[in-house]
Amino acid sequence: MTYIKPKFRHPNLTKNKLGYTIDYYEGALSTLCAGCGHDSISAAIIQACYDLCIEPHRLAKLSGIGCSSKTPTYFLSNSHGFNSVHGRMPSVATGANLANKDLIYFGVSGDGDSASIGMGQFVHAVRRNVNMVYIVMNNGCYGLTKGQDSATADNGSISKAGSLNQFEAIDMAAMALELGSDFVAQSFSGDKEQLVPLIKAAINHKGFALINVISPCVTFNNNVGSTKSYDYVRQHVEATATIDFVPEMKEIKTSYKEGSVKKISMHDGSKISLEKLAPNWNPQNRQSALQAIHHARESGNILTGLLYINEDTIDLHRLIKTVEEPLNQLIESHLCPGNKVLQSINAEFY
Amino acid sequence: MKPTDINNPEYFHKVVDCQYACPSHTPVPQYIRLIAQGKYTEAYMVNWDSNVFPGVLGRTCDRPCEPACRRGRVEEEPVAICRLKRVAADHKSEVKNLMPQGPFKPNGKKVALVGAGPSSLTVARDLAPLGYEIHLYDEQKLGGGFMRSQIPVFRLPEEVLNEEVNYILEMGIHTHFNHYVKSLKDLLQKDYDAVFIGSGAPKGKDLTDLPGRQEGASNIHIGINWLVSVTFEHTHKIGKKVIVLGGGNTAMDCCRTARRLGGEEVKVVVRSPYAEMKASPWEKEDAQHEDIPIIDNHVPKSFVIKNGKLCGMTFEKVKPEYDLNGKRKLVPTGEAEVFIEADDVLIAIGQENSFPWIERDLGIEFNSWGMPVVNETTFASTHPKVFFGGDAAFGPKNIITAVAHGHQAAVSMHLMCLERDIHERPSPYVNLHSMKMGIHEWAYDSHVVLDQRYVVPQVTKQVALSSLKTEVELGFSLPVGYKEAERCLNCDIQTVFFYDKCIECDACVDICPTSCITFTENHEDESILRKMLKVPAENTEQSLYVSEPVKTQRVMVKDEDVCLHCGLCAERCPTSAWDMQQFFYNVTKAPKIK
Repeated sequence: MTYIKPKFRHPNLTKNKLGYTIDYYEGALSTLCAGCGHDSISAAIIQACYDLCIEPHRLAKLSGIGCSSKTPTYFLSNSHGFNSVHGRMPSVATGANLANKDLIYFGVSGDGDSASIGMGQFVHAVRRNVNMVYIVMNNGCYGLTKGQDSATADNGSISKAGSLNQFEAIDMAAMALELGSDFVAQSFSGDKEQLVPLIKAAINHKGFALINVISPCVTFNNNVGSTKSYDYVRQHVEATATIDFVPEMKEIKTSYKEGSVKKISMHDGSKISLEKLAPNWNPQNRQSALQAIHHARESGNILTGLLYINEDTIDLHRLIKTVEEPLNQLIESHLCPGNKVLQSINAEFY
Repeated sequence: MKPTDINNPEYFHKVVDCQYACPSHTPVPQYIRLIAQGKYTEAYMVNWDSNVFPGVLGRTCDRPCEPACRRGRVEEEPVAICRLKRVAADHKSEVKNLMPQGPFKPNGKKVALVGAGPSSLTVARDLAPLGYEIHLYDEQKLGGGFMRSQIPVFRLPEEVLNEEVNYILEMGIHTHFNHYVKSLKDLLQKDYDAVFIGSGAPKGKDLTDLPGRQEGASNIHIGINWLVSVTFEHTHKIGKKVIVLGGGNTAMDCCRTARRLGGEEVKVVVRSPYAEMKASPWEKEDAQHEDIPIIDNHVPKSFVIKNGKLCGMTFEKVKPEYDLNGKRKLVPTGEAEVFIEADDVLIAIGQENSFPWIERDLGIEFNSWGMPVVNETTFASTHPKVFFGGDAAFGPKNIITAVAHGHQAAVSMHLMCLERDIHERPSPYVNLHSMKMGIHEWAYDSHVVLDQRYVVPQVTKQVALSSLKTEVELGFSLPVGYKEAERCLNCDIQTVFFYDKCIECDACVDICPTSCITFTENHEDESILRKMLKVPAENTEQSLYVSEPVKTQRVMVKDEDVCLHCGLCAERCPTSAWDMQQFFYNVTKAPKIK
């Protein structure tokens, strides 16, 4: 009769280092369709933030318009948020990041918001290397307007209404790689084991981090013939590697076959460890990553996992050499040193 | 693990914790929902079918259902199931026309019931509509057994008891009151097709060896005998200072009765520590509320007689010590003996069975404890025609257990009279059907309220103590009863999973408020699978619901422990792989045997 999430939680929920149980990271009850992949991604974000012990007030959620862009309401209720104009989330994120570089910026967008109306915004956020996580909840259709093909719908995919898509799809991951993104990952909403560590690694990456998540639209794009249905994706997923994100200097517990493991240290001391599954692929080589994507596409597969990472990335702030202190914290005395300093500067010209 | 067989009715029955814990398996959530809907008569009848005495039990039940209640595992306190039953009993309208109506066509068989307590009355109710000629024997002048003689009227008003006893007696039962059965042999010679013995545990334990017991006899009383004598108005007063020995519910009834008969300084003295007393917590509270101190860890040593009259008792102080197996030993503390003044002492330290009237050469086997050998399923003795039930079968328990025995004994007696195998028990009546009405619409109140348990109002202490007959508890008012009923989590609305419809979108996993659902690789060892869940399933008394493998060859595992039955998994499932289905389980009683 009612549709309200009960307040009771499992009495044995564990607390993270901040003393919060995972429900502290939840948001409002989702109003998306039952079974939407986006809800799984929200749950993965909640899990990642809980695991990383992120203080919710240290994070800002940014989004545009679309089913995907509604999701920030459904996670991290205690965080900051900005729901911008359609496709304009990257501009807002760039501005916010410039003003206060101390927050974690979590951009959520969809295939329409990023690959169509917001394409021009997306590419510039990538090339400027804004320090943010950029999640594309990619379902290959415009779910909010009843399921028309989007710009990421694959050539040859058949819509629920039965029409064949004959346009080439925009590959968000390949494009980000081309534009110089130093963290590019791809995942599937139905695989939290992979998605959660990817989100954690993206949060810890000090630059632009793209995660393109295939997220089936159960209502309009889960039909036979669709290349973004649960069944199709499960059958065609090809993971580059299994991934484990290890915060700080904790011991890595997962056991891997010798020689197949690649450990990447991040600047804050955390580590990513990858057990490689894809042959002839080097996650620290842009060319190799691009080739792996093309190779998978040719064989009709969807390559998932961390595709490329450059841990020595230089983000926008370092690039334009802003001061250490976040700009929004600069007070008048910092910005306007006063008449005395002005006089001494002027004196240099006499 | 192997997939759970939900076609076995016992699986879902166990999920309905309260019903499973109830000896009579009363469909608790079903009647609580009816109360919330204002259908008090229907709620009463659901109870009456299962437990025969809803009005009595709604005031006096030992409530095995409440410690089992799921609400106690997700919140602090269980639903006030017992007192909700009273709401149904207090507010019902005409029910007699809903009960089997006599006269019933005789089936030519005759049965005798010894003792007119809850177990015998249950047998009578179950067999009368089948046309049995039923003869009920009791030494007292009225029916009800220990419900009448041992439960004080301020807890259970006579009208309530009379009403429910009479529903049965008016089915055409031949009553033989004021008739103490002296010999089972004589009874068996009277051509009964079956005899049921529900004569209770009528002998109160005594402290015969304690010094001063003989000399003080006129002021030392056996608790249950004293309560009987108060009930039948042979005793009207007691001394100002009273010691009640014992820590069970009878001791609580004795002390509270003593307060109403002139006892001003009534003390309960018990050997065991307070927390380990047998009395129900609420009965201890009620006694303390009436200014009766409970003195624990005191072992009685002697009755002190002065000038030929009892003047008090001495006690040894002890403390509990526990061995490695948790077995308790009471060890003297070495302190000086304690003297407590008393004009009267009530001994309520337990009761025993007593069968002096059963000849030992009738073919009824007795064990070394002097108890009859009784089959726990059929309630048959070693004599083909004699059945036992209630306290007479396995020693003192409670009303609801006696009722459960009565139902099963009646089934056996009927099967025997039909010349069928009494070991082939009838299957329970089971039904399972979907509660889905539409999007966001379920045919039950799925919303989980946060309300804490409501307190049942009582009359003021002054009013309560001024009369033996004033009922202390007032019962829930209807608005409060509704709120309390809404606390029920509807555990009988089951989460049913159809593995072949699942697309593994994780929506149920993500929405479940209490993290009950996990999709995982299977493991043959249950203890390992329990650890593999989203929140490890540590409560091993609660089942795991394991599905057949889904497409990715993983299995769905649901830990039943703290599921709120809120229906959100089914609400968020795009393919209806989850459904909320009402499970109705009813023990088959004799009249329904086909």
